[in-house]
Amino acid sequence: MTHSKLSFRNVSRRFGEGEKSFLALDRLNLEIADGEFVTVVGPSGCGKSTAMNIAAGLMGVSDGEVLVDGKPVSGPGPERGVIFQQYALFPWLSVRQNVEFGLRIKGLPAAERRRISDHFIGLVGLSDFADALPKTLSGGMKQRCAIARAYAVDPTMLLMDEPFGALDALTRVHMQDQLLDTWSRERRTVFFITHDVDEAVYLANRVIVMAARPGRLHKIIPVDLPAERNEEVRLSKEFAEIRNQVWHSVYHQKPLIEA
Amino acid sequence: MSAAPSTAGAPGTRFSRLGLHLPGLALNAVAFLAGLAFWWAITAAKLVVLPGPHEVFVRAIELAVNGQLALDIFSSLKRVLTGFVLGAALAIPVGFLMGWYKIARALIEPYVQFFRMIPPLAVIPLAIVTMGIDEAPKIFVIFLASFLSCVVATYQGVISVDRTLINAARVLGARDRVIFPRVVIPASIPFILVGVRIGLGSAWATVVAAELIAAQSGLGFRMQQAQLYYDLPTIFVSLITIGILGLVMDRLLQAAERRLTSWQERAQ
Repeated sequence: MTHSKLSFRNVSRRFGEGEKSFLALDRLNLEIADGEFVTVVGPSGCGKSTAMNIAAGLMGVSDGEVLVDGKPVSGPGPERGVIFQQYALFPWLSVRQNVEFGLRIKGLPAAERRRISDHFIGLVGLSDFADALPKTLSGGMKQRCAIARAYAVDPTMLLMDEPFGALDALTRVHMQDQLLDTWSRERRTVFFITHDVDEAVYLANRVIVMAARPGRLHKIIPVDLPAERNEEVRLSKEFAEIRNQVWHSVYHQKPLIEA
Repeated sequence: MSAAPSTAGAPGTRFSRLGLHLPGLALNAVAFLAGLAFWWAITAAKLVVLPGPHEVFVRAIELAVNGQLALDIFSSLKRVLTGFVLGAALAIPVGFLMGWYKIARALIEPYVQFFRMIPPLAVIPLAIVTMGIDEAPKIFVIFLASFLSCVVATYQGVISVDRTLINAARVLGARDRVIFPRVVIPASIPFILVGVRIGLGSAWATVVAAELIAAQSGLGFRMQQAQLYYDLPTIFVSLITIGILGLVMDRLLQAAERRLTSWQERAQ
């Protein structure tokens, strides 16, 4: 038996009822190994966010099941950290208070919380802003704070929904490198949604390409690039080839002919 | 008055486009003095049968010295604050209940929406008949006025809490009983404070009107008495006092609001 961290087994999700209902996700089957970094790309309406919300336990399935460490998901859990595109920082709390939010819920004593938050705030390079309110941070800093907050509760898996989508190109590249750097040091399973094909290839061990109407799995493209990603990799011929392959399968999908 | 809270926060604005390099506060003073001069001019020229600034000022001093003004202010403020505090204290939990539980919303909302359409002053006749002419009917009407505006604002606040923030808390392990105090309440505070401000405004407007109808003291009562004796200066003093007190209360709440919601991102 293979050791899957996250498994989608025949997962379907339908929204609405009767005539107006639509199938957001159609029988998705996917196995993600422990410590693997997968990126998910696809046109809008392909169900990638639905799949992530189901894995996060924020949304139920209409059919099938999602397993984490072999156990069915029935709600959010601390072993799954989620990072949202809109950062979702609590605006009335400082960076440190945001990072400590999950630790407080766990009931950790103040000194312990402080030690952990110091570590993760440092890890994302926000030590000088620990007491700042989110409104004073740039987009990239907010997302770093959100990452630190998710890491602080020590999840074994990260679910990320277009986390760098709202950032400018330069900041985005910087954040990608930083994410890979943290990932290689503190290895976790990552399920990363993006609409940026370059980003998908650069970060991933495998790229999951999805298709829309109904949302479904289209293709899985392994990324056979050196484990350590850097500018050299980004500019290599191999990278360009995989990128083209992903691009082609995202933008030249044959429409599904339904019987 | 609640629509543009940010403009009041910039007293140092310069109107350089007009070539007037004056801070806003100085312009406010200029406008005030100009108004006063205009008032003086039209009354001095006997264009209108109204008391002039001097006459009103003298009356104000008189009423202040003999203690009547303080008594009236105290009576009105006591009513407005009692009714308002009771109204807001009930409105905030009810608003949260309506926002958080669909069942509570379905049960309460029709009543709130219906009573909102009835001007609180229209309830006065009924209140007097059923509660007598004591303090009770006045406080009740003020309570109603402030309750209705606060409850709607609180409820709006709760239902407009960003879903992502709630989800963010849930994925960090928070259950409903943690999410409510740690996320829903702080996130709705800006809405609640707007409601509280509107509530206080309508409470103040209501108290004066209620006193016009039935009271033995208060700023509204004083005006009503003055009307019987054609005592225009006293009416002016009361009106100006009502305006100043309303303004002061609104500014205090505005300051509290800015303090409590300093974490909000504001459009510049």
